[in-house]
Amino acid sequence: MIAVKELTKRYARTTAVDRISFSVEKGQIVGFLGPNGAGKTTTMRVLTCFLPPSAGTATVAGFDVLEQPREVKKRIGYLPEAPPLYPEMETVEYLRFVGKLKGLSGADLDKRVDYVLGRCSIADVKSRLLGKLSKGYRQRVGLAQAIIHNPDVLILDEPTAGLDPKQINETRDLIKSLAGDHTIILSTHILTEVEQTCEQVIIINKGKLVATDSVRNLQARTRGVESVRVEVAARDSALNFEAVQQKLEQVQGVAQVVCKDPRDQRLIFEVQSQKGQLVRGDLARAVVESGWDFNELGAAGMSLEEIFLELTGNETAGVSKDAAKNPKEAVTEVKEPVNESKE
Amino acid sequence: MRNTWTICCKELGSYFVSPIAYLLLTMAGLVSGFFFWVLLRDFVLQGMEMQLRGETFPMNMNEQIITPLLMNVGVIFLFFLPLITMRLFAEEKRSGTIELLATSPVRDIEIILGKWLAALILYACMLLFTALNLAFLFLYGNPDWKPLAVGYLGLLLQGGLFLAIGAFISTLTKNQIIAGAVTFGVCLLLWVLEWASSYDSATWATVCAYLSVITHFGSFARGVIALKDVVFYLTGIFLGLFATARSLESLRWRS
Repeated sequence: MIAVKELTKRYARTTAVDRISFSVEKGQIVGFLGPNGAGKTTTMRVLTCFLPPSAGTATVAGFDVLEQPREVKKRIGYLPEAPPLYPEMETVEYLRFVGKLKGLSGADLDKRVDYVLGRCSIADVKSRLLGKLSKGYRQRVGLAQAIIHNPDVLILDEPTAGLDPKQINETRDLIKSLAGDHTIILSTHILTEVEQTCEQVIIINKGKLVATDSVRNLQARTRGVESVRVEVAARDSALNFEAVQQKLEQVQGVAQVVCKDPRDQRLIFEVQSQKGQLVRGDLARAVVESGWDFNELGAAGMSLEEIFLELTGNETAGVSKDAAKNPKEAVTEVKEPVNESKE
Repeated sequence: MRNTWTICCKELGSYFVSPIAYLLLTMAGLVSGFFFWVLLRDFVLQGMEMQLRGETFPMNMNEQIITPLLMNVGVIFLFFLPLITMRLFAEEKRSGTIELLATSPVRDIEIILGKWLAALILYACMLLFTALNLAFLFLYGNPDWKPLAVGYLGLLLQGGLFLAIGAFISTLTKNQIIAGAVTFGVCLLLWVLEWASSYDSATWATVCAYLSVITHFGSFARGVIALKDVVFYLTGIFLGLFATARSLESLRWRS
């Protein structure tokens, strides 16, 4: 349905997308995964004929985005990052306007407007001004706008950004329910979103393709490694940070111990197991036997950064720098000895 | 064509939902009303004076009220037109809705014509408001309607040209204020260019005078349709819209 070959997009000073190739089969939901600034939006804009590619080709439903943009546009529904709403229009008025732009008319238009109002559950705001709608409704009206002409391909740029958890779930369900008749590409920087919604994932970073795989394969690749959050508290005496760290590292099968949140009376570590090793039981025993208290032992989700560490290999430096920007996950210097022990 | 109309209706809706349209219509009515009152007062005073002196010099409403009023309206609207055009594309660029238009199966020229047509219709509504004054002349006097119609045709053509220029300038920026200010500056320059020829008859002065919008309006205000003036306005409108189309297209390459 979508075929992208050696696609490159250069701006005046930067190369936003660098020789990306991928293809998407009909009816699939594909997650376009990457950190901010990776080139997701640029790629989507090329696919929607909003930007012309600098080099390479992209075809949608067999039509080239440069040669036959009108044919491509007829078959694409696009929800940009910020829903393109006119604040002074009412919901129905707006949907009718977009519908007409996309070539609908008469009874057909009425039918489709009614349909998307129901499908995106926005019927209760159909005569409200778009400028007065809440973020969740705005996003859904944006989605309604994208599907109004029943396009073959749906391109959604961060469809759940800025929504609350309930709305995120609703939006994901809505997207999943659309999958049968439409081929969907959605971009996101949230891994769980891809896991929950998509069948196939395309990972890009800094304009380059990192991996394209099915979600199942990706999970299998990373599932072998267990990532555990351990919170240890002092029982009688004060906690010795290094002693705890050492103890945890000595547990069989542990690959890496990172201290996440050192405080006076309790320490939080994130422990990574070696591939194929289950370490939770041993970790628990080690802590208790040493006379410390357990506050918490839980699975820490694989973050996007960690997936990148897995997949990008050499490029890890740049990514972990990004991770370090997040103050909550300040990786302390304990990382170094761990690497040594690994070697 | 259908798309042009769709976009035109949507734009008109935007004008008339917001206060812009009503503000402009009110101003058009107020300002032209004031000028009309001044001209009418002078006309009546002059008539009374003549009566007192016992003279019977023929007086002509078309020449003494309508022509100067139309000239005035032509100049005053120079100040209002940027208010109509400044949002046309600048607003879409700022809010990101341009992405919707650009990714819909619609030709650029349909978008541009639709927007320009909507602006022209709003402008025509403003002209209609100025015409309310003239209705009184027909009520109590007997002016000739043909020169008046020609005058309004001229105003419409001149407005169309300014709106095309304004639409072009609006595609160049995301900022409505900048679009409005630059449009105003350009329109003003196009108007005062005529002054260049006041004291000079060199070739460049003649060219400037030809480019000046107001020289071409004079004949319309007097009730004359001169082919060269019609051609001037029509080519101007075409050029303005053509530049808009090129600019809109280049947005994609430049961004």
